[in-house]
Amino acid sequence: MRSARGPEKPNYLAALLFLLPAGLLLVVFLLYPSLYTVLLSFNRGRNGVFEQWVGFDNYVRLFSDADFINLSTFPPSGALWNNILWIVFYTSIVIFLGLIIAVVAARVRYEAVIKAIVFIPMAIAATALAVIWKFVYSPDANIGLLNAFLGVFGIAPISWLGDENIVNFALIAVGIWGSVGFATVILSAAVKSIPAEVIESARVEGANERQIFFRMILPMVSLPISVLAVTLVVNVIKLFDLIYVMTAGGPGKASRVIAFVMYQQAFQAGQYGYGSAVAVVMLVLLTPIMIYNVRRFRTGAVT
Amino acid sequence: MSVLAAPMAGSRARTPAGRLVAALNHWVIHIALGLIGLIWLVPTVGLLVTSFRPRSDIQATGWWDIFNLHLTIDNYRQVLEAQGMLGAFVNTVFIAVPSTFLPLAICSLAAYAFSWIKFPFRDTLFLIVIAFLLVPVQVAFIPLLTTATSLVPDLQLTRGYVAVWLAHTAFALPFGIFLLRNFFITLPPDMIEAARIDGASDFRVFSRIVLPVSVPAIAAYGIFQFLWVWNDLLMALVFVQDSSKFPMTRAIQNLLSQYGTEWHLLAAGAFLLMIVPLVVFFSLQRYFVQGLLAGSIK
Repeated sequence: MRSARGPEKPNYLAALLFLLPAGLLLVVFLLYPSLYTVLLSFNRGRNGVFEQWVGFDNYVRLFSDADFINLSTFPPSGALWNNILWIVFYTSIVIFLGLIIAVVAARVRYEAVIKAIVFIPMAIAATALAVIWKFVYSPDANIGLLNAFLGVFGIAPISWLGDENIVNFALIAVGIWGSVGFATVILSAAVKSIPAEVIESARVEGANERQIFFRMILPMVSLPISVLAVTLVVNVIKLFDLIYVMTAGGPGKASRVIAFVMYQQAFQAGQYGYGSAVAVVMLVLLTPIMIYNVRRFRTGAVT
Repeated sequence: MSVLAAPMAGSRARTPAGRLVAALNHWVIHIALGLIGLIWLVPTVGLLVTSFRPRSDIQATGWWDIFNLHLTIDNYRQVLEAQGMLGAFVNTVFIAVPSTFLPLAICSLAAYAFSWIKFPFRDTLFLIVIAFLLVPVQVAFIPLLTTATSLVPDLQLTRGYVAVWLAHTAFALPFGIFLLRNFFITLPPDMIEAARIDGASDFRVFSRIVLPVSVPAIAAYGIFQFLWVWNDLLMALVFVQDSSKFPMTRAIQNLLSQYGTEWHLLAAGAFLLMIVPLVVFFSLQRYFVQGLLAGSIK
């Protein structure tokens, strides 16, 4: 970890004054509530106050709830399983498309335009993305572009958000559409950091495009890709707005994700202890990434 | 494979057939990029066109029926006035502005301490800040709502904006401190030492030297935070309980659940929500992308 320089003598008073507002807010709004939630997850916690300790009951109930995770069927189902679907498909496809667009667009003169177009969804609220795509997915072929397009080939309208076998993939597609621009911009910067002369001289010496991609570009972008993958996984674990607005977890409970279950249990069902357990599961899922970040920082990879 | 492929690739462009292959490759690239451009533009453009079409037209034909296009601003008028989106727009501004400037001020102060003031456990405290980066807001919801109310029933923070301002600010801090500290430590130490030798206090060094030269970094973070709050639904859902104070994201969510197929209202509402981020994006693209790239860790 790179240590910033300063005067040799510690200055307690200045440090205290500069850190006081941040420290106060972090303790009151972040540290204390987190500890409270962890404790509450071991309590029945109706009304959000400690009333009756129940040990791991909330967790046992949570993991035996088929709506949360159900591995006994094939394919498995439940909110946590949907997060896994998201992690697998969303993360890999966003990185794949981002890398392809970054590499291919670098070869045309209108690169900046393509990157800007793909990036626009990043500026837009998930709520607006949800409206845009509910419109595209509309089962009415006079309204929904996708079904109108398929209708040209004689395919009957599909209820993209109303079919529990399709809904998660329809939502993941929206997530991908929203995030590819981010991956493109990050990976484009990484690809550009390879000097053009190096690639050119490899071409002159007879390397083909495939070799240049796999032997030169890919190794150079492997670190940005891993950082990107971590970011996308974090996005998935925190995913809420898009699901809440597009499907409200439906049809039935088919498209729920963990952050949705937390909101639903705590604020709609009033199950504060149970909802706390869901929040703690989110925290636990994020902890390895937290440790990874701290380690990465200590070894000086990020400064 | 590499042994065979290498000479072939080298000779490819030199023969007429090789030139044809290269040209075809080029066309494939243009077509693929054109398709990508279409896929990323058309859904948004479709909704934009729809937001200007009369309700009867929307239900009769698809927006792509451009030979039969009548445009009107009635949808916007209706959603702004009758559906209260104008008030929601103002509410979003009321939520977003303090939720941007509070973290900017508090993070700058803390980042300065982590960069240029010596105190015990500084590095440990900073590692804790990094660990806080990933704490999900969900862990704070229940205690902040229920304990706050049960301890001080008359406080009713969620009736106004105080709860949502403070929650946004607190959860912005780890990232803001991290980002600004990483910028502040790149400033030349001589500049700061010189000011100190001249007798400047820490607050003076901070406000007269560090802040002015850090404007680009602070602006990039400010834009990121502003759009984050502008676009947020979840925090508003939990911490804004008075319906007359709902921001646009909540207003649109309500529109959707009430009039799920009234696309003339939904389209216009969604564009009112998007307009500020789009203007920010096109006018401040450089800062915006910087902020987001730096924000990739959040």
